[in-house]
Amino acid sequence: MAILEIKNVGKRFGGLQALSDVNLSVAENTVHAIIGPNGAGKSTLLNCLVGKLIPDTGSVTFQGQSLLGRKPYQINQMGVSRVFQTPEIFAELTVFENVMIPCFAARDGSFQLNALAAVRGQGDIKDTAEAILEDVKLLDKRHMTASSMSRGDKRRLEMAMCLVQEPKLLLLDEPTAGMARADTNNTIDLLKEIKEKRDITMAIIEHDMHVVFSMAERITVLAQGTPLVEDTPENIKGHPKVREAYLGEAQV
Amino acid sequence: MLGLEKKDTSLLIVVAILTMCAPFILNPFPTDSAMAQFNAGYPDLMQRFVIFGIFAIGFNILFGLTGYLSFGHAAFLGIGSYSAVWMFKLLGYNILPGIFLSVITSGLFALLIGYISLRRSGIYFSILTLAFAQMSFALAYSVLTPLTNGETGLQVYNSDPQYFHSDAMPNIPHLFGQEMQSTFKLSMGGWSFDFNTGYYICALIMLVMFYLAIRIFRSPFGLMLKAIKTNQTRLNYTGLNSRPYTLAAFVISGMYAGLAGGLMASMDPLAGAERMQWTASGEVVLMTILGGAGTLIGPVLGAGFIKYFENIFSKINDTVLHQWFAFLPDGIEDFLIAIVHPFVGKGWHLTLGLMFMAIVIFLPGGLVEGGQKIARKFRGGKAKDTTATTDSTPAE
Repeated sequence: MAILEIKNVGKRFGGLQALSDVNLSVAENTVHAIIGPNGAGKSTLLNCLVGKLIPDTGSVTFQGQSLLGRKPYQINQMGVSRVFQTPEIFAELTVFENVMIPCFAARDGSFQLNALAAVRGQGDIKDTAEAILEDVKLLDKRHMTASSMSRGDKRRLEMAMCLVQEPKLLLLDEPTAGMARADTNNTIDLLKEIKEKRDITMAIIEHDMHVVFSMAERITVLAQGTPLVEDTPENIKGHPKVREAYLGEAQV
Repeated sequence: MLGLEKKDTSLLIVVAILTMCAPFILNPFPTDSAMAQFNAGYPDLMQRFVIFGIFAIGFNILFGLTGYLSFGHAAFLGIGSYSAVWMFKLLGYNILPGIFLSVITSGLFALLIGYISLRRSGIYFSILTLAFAQMSFALAYSVLTPLTNGETGLQVYNSDPQYFHSDAMPNIPHLFGQEMQSTFKLSMGGWSFDFNTGYYICALIMLVMFYLAIRIFRSPFGLMLKAIKTNQTRLNYTGLNSRPYTLAAFVISGMYAGLAGGLMASMDPLAGAERMQWTASGEVVLMTILGGAGTLIGPVLGAGFIKYFENIFSKINDTVLHQWFAFLPDGIEDFLIAIVHPFVGKGWHLTLGLMFMAIVIFLPGGLVEGGQKIARKFRGGKAKDTTATTDSTPAE
């Protein structure tokens, strides 16, 4: 069953047709990778899913509900979380506070004027936050200021912040961009672990084929703003159209 | 205690003791000594310390927590003052209705101004708030004369109705008969201490407001405000709508400013448009940054610091300087006075400006950071990584 359905989506920036006629459906509880060369429209597509951009044409539905016209925070409240290319965390706050904020958002909704309640009096929030930090192995660093952590730890923290809300769909925008091989492998292990433990759908945008082929169950190849082919990793590997998209027509 | 953590409770207690003993602390020099002009323990100035303390505490809830720099908070101060004086004119000199109305009206104005200004962030937000404050100032000064009495300033006249005024009650601001001006003078040896009713009422209100600020800082709401300051993108992708949070913070800090304005009018029943001018808005920004934005005690320290300078340094004129340097040979005396002259008396702004620059450059965390550095030195130079320690130091 498809949890995310993208139909005929098109987006134009001035003279550039960034996306045209994108049809894509992500099945529930799978890891779906979207790959493609630079400028293929991967990030534009992702931004259309989270409410940062509104597509000119087409529709995006999540669990049968349209996502178009909703703000990022509303889409998140529906159960879609996003991991950014460079970890977006609350750098000046402690690791523990970083995780508590999504906990509050999940429990209290998008706004709550609880100006006289004490943060430390929220036992349930504290327990959930500690459990997720344990999961991503950051519990011993919880009093550190987030900005002083290593890149890999920031990535773990951002992952924890997304997961603690128990999203149904996790969107990952190049989660290993700029990482060393060891860090990349750690991230892959972390994502696999996450996938094993809970029912979650992941959509990954990635350049690194190593990541894609070690995780994805379905792959969509995007080229020049439109899906070229969608198939299983095995079939994608040798697909002539994919090679052409990546290496150019000079091959022929 | 009172739903606070231990370190916050001790901070509150320290502030309470300091404010309650202020008449002693601020008058450390005997009245006839040469140092007497550094005494700040007279009623007017003490009232201003705590009133501007309230103003800065409130401003810090917006600026210190969310990072939104409002350049128009004096508008709420002025609105609060006008509201209070109107209550004196209509109902009588009891300060309670005036203070109450000043908080309400400034809250409503903050809702309106905040709703519009918060559509933008950063410099554009600052400019919008500045524009609103200048409009309010201009309106109060000219067009709205029937409401504000224009240049003269709004004051209470004998012809005003004062419906609840009875002859048993004093004809100046009071709280159920306790006059704001009444001062009990205590003379001990060469020393003299003033205990002023108005000061103590303002100080008690400031303590309550300080307590509320601590609660807000430690609440989930306060945590969201800090999150807005550090990363709005993440906040939006975490399912939180930042707009109502910033608006709530703006209204709360506007109400603090209104309360300060109402108290100002309660101490001296006069409200003028110049209270809303942009220099007054800038002053609270200076206070907060000087003391330490985002810290609990910083704004109060900053307010005290600036008000002390404004009132004490500005009084050091050439006659005083001549007294100080009288022991020196004439030529050197005149030379020294010529050097010191621009920095004191009417030139006190110069000294304040230099100190502000020094603090911003060397102590970006304000006086609070300075205090923390000194405290750390005394504790035996544990030169640990600063980012980790500032979060856990008790001074905050």
